[in-house]
Amino acid sequence: MVSTGSTHQGISTSSTVGSGDSGRLSPLTGALRQYDYWLTVYKRTWKGSIITSFVSPLFYVLAMGVLLGGFVHVSPARLEGAPSYLAFIVPGLIAAQAMQTAVFETTYPVMGALKWHKSFYAQLATPLESRDLANAFLLFTLFRVAATCGVYFVVMAPFGVFESWWGPIAAWFATMLVGMAFAVWTFAFSAHVRTEASFGLIFRLGLIPLFLFSGSFFPISNLGPVGETIAKLTPLWHGVNLTRMLCLDTVDWSTATINTVVLTVVLVVGWYVALRTLARRLAQ
Amino acid sequence: MPSFHDDTVEPAAKRIVAVSVLVHRVGRVDESGDAMISARGLRKSFESKSRGAVEAVKGIDIDVRRGEAFGFLGPNGAGKSSTMRMIAAVSPTSGGELSILGMDPAQHGPAIRARLGVCPQEDTLDNELNVFDNLYIYGRYFGIPRREVHERAEELLEFVQLTEKRTAKVEDLSGGMKRRLTIARSLINRPDILLLDEPTTGLDPQARHVLWDRLFRLKQQGVTLVITTHYMDEAEQLCDRLVVMDRGVIAAEGSPLQLIREHSTREVAELRFPVGDHEATAEKISDLGSRVEVLPDRILVYSDDGEQVLEEVHDRGLRPIATLVRRSTLEDVFLRLTGRTLVD
Repeated sequence: MVSTGSTHQGISTSSTVGSGDSGRLSPLTGALRQYDYWLTVYKRTWKGSIITSFVSPLFYVLAMGVLLGGFVHVSPARLEGAPSYLAFIVPGLIAAQAMQTAVFETTYPVMGALKWHKSFYAQLATPLESRDLANAFLLFTLFRVAATCGVYFVVMAPFGVFESWWGPIAAWFATMLVGMAFAVWTFAFSAHVRTEASFGLIFRLGLIPLFLFSGSFFPISNLGPVGETIAKLTPLWHGVNLTRMLCLDTVDWSTATINTVVLTVVLVVGWYVALRTLARRLAQ
Repeated sequence: MPSFHDDTVEPAAKRIVAVSVLVHRVGRVDESGDAMISARGLRKSFESKSRGAVEAVKGIDIDVRRGEAFGFLGPNGAGKSSTMRMIAAVSPTSGGELSILGMDPAQHGPAIRARLGVCPQEDTLDNELNVFDNLYIYGRYFGIPRREVHERAEELLEFVQLTEKRTAKVEDLSGGMKRRLTIARSLINRPDILLLDEPTTGLDPQARHVLWDRLFRLKQQGVTLVITTHYMDEAEQLCDRLVVMDRGVIAAEGSPLQLIREHSTREVAELRFPVGDHEATAEKISDLGSRVEVLPDRILVYSDDGEQVLEEVHDRGLRPIATLVRRSTLEDVFLRLTGRTLVD
């Protein structure tokens, strides 16, 4: 029964008492050890995600951009410099899509990992820490946002809605920033709440108003001075504005810097809050 | 990382010792008796929304030695699971000292967890993945190389008799199979200590016996087992030593046999009289055993010689409807120490 000599060697060393090493993994190692898990999850779900992340956005482009946009004939000056309504709306839709994908990936799946499958608890019994679980989760969300928005940009390119070749590439990174700025906060929210009913709050009071009034569909100057000021406080507007300026090659670098800084601050603070919230929840 | 430097067993040797390789940090209960787990005055308290401030563990001392099977016995709410979570290095202690594999969980959590196997009370398997992937992915969390974790997963499936279910979805498995898979999963890192929180709760008798058999084999291979249970037969079957916990403290400690000796008699005579006669009858025979307990449906007389008790009862002209003489079990100890009142 008792195994070979070489394994006994292993025993004596591995059991050395009082090792000074805490065994903490680096954040990178901690996240990478979950690569196979997320790959398996993606292999299982990618077919279903195509519908929500690729097909329905295209319906929006068709319905809003092409068909509804056919009625919109105004000068580019009133469309923030866009030559057509389609060219105006596409960057806004992609930025909004980044937000939606991010929120979707960090609501029910987070609740599942805490409450239904309890996979966070299973993972916590390994050398991984709550920090690593959150990071890997958010990295997967980043991947989903990047993939969804990336395909969106590629599909839109032939429609002639982009004014430069580099603009959409830079805008692609901007949409990742938008997505993650939302992902971290939604993650924190989902790690805090106990029931999925709370998600109604996010969807109805957060997602839908932001989607409709943050400048995706019309210039926010149409909202009047007060409405415009409020819209400019939302992270989505910063994302939409940044994405649109890059796509239309109308970049005002001072505004772009403000947009980037706002989104980055929202992302970094939210990330910290997300890590803390999950750590607290899992310690209970 | 101290955990994987023993990954270098030659393949040939590995095949020969297929089963023993499952857990190869073998060590019998050695003379030095080095403590795998040691706690002094260990406490746990937390805020509960429904119950306010809860003191779940109120200062316990434990020593678990290499290679033994150590049990926590106790009714619901005794503090077993809180203790287990602290030992699993996932729940911070509220006071006292705790050392696991010679390390402090507050400082060395990940290093400790790398060498523990945890089989939680509730299944935390990934229901949407198949059986093999559950093991494979879990092994990757420990940083075990892909090929190695593949081999280990196959060995473990063999060990828990789930090889045929390799590609089945977890949600299609029976309760017993899920438990076995959870145990296989907890062994993927070849742990020094295996923590089992009520491993057979909710299983049918066949499934329980299969599980016991597997756990017994692990124990034979030298894995240190720490088990919580409220099944006395399980504790008697598996545990070399156990503590009975009640309301956050240790009520008794020892081997099953010691506990029976200390807290009960060798035998118990159970006497059944017509309903309503029990109290009166008990008084007439209270001198026959070291202790007499009156239950609604029967009288228990604790004595080292049960047959003698029956004879005496008859000599005194009492005619019980039914009698039974049996050996004392842990259950008698348990009920004696923790009472018969329902806890929740």
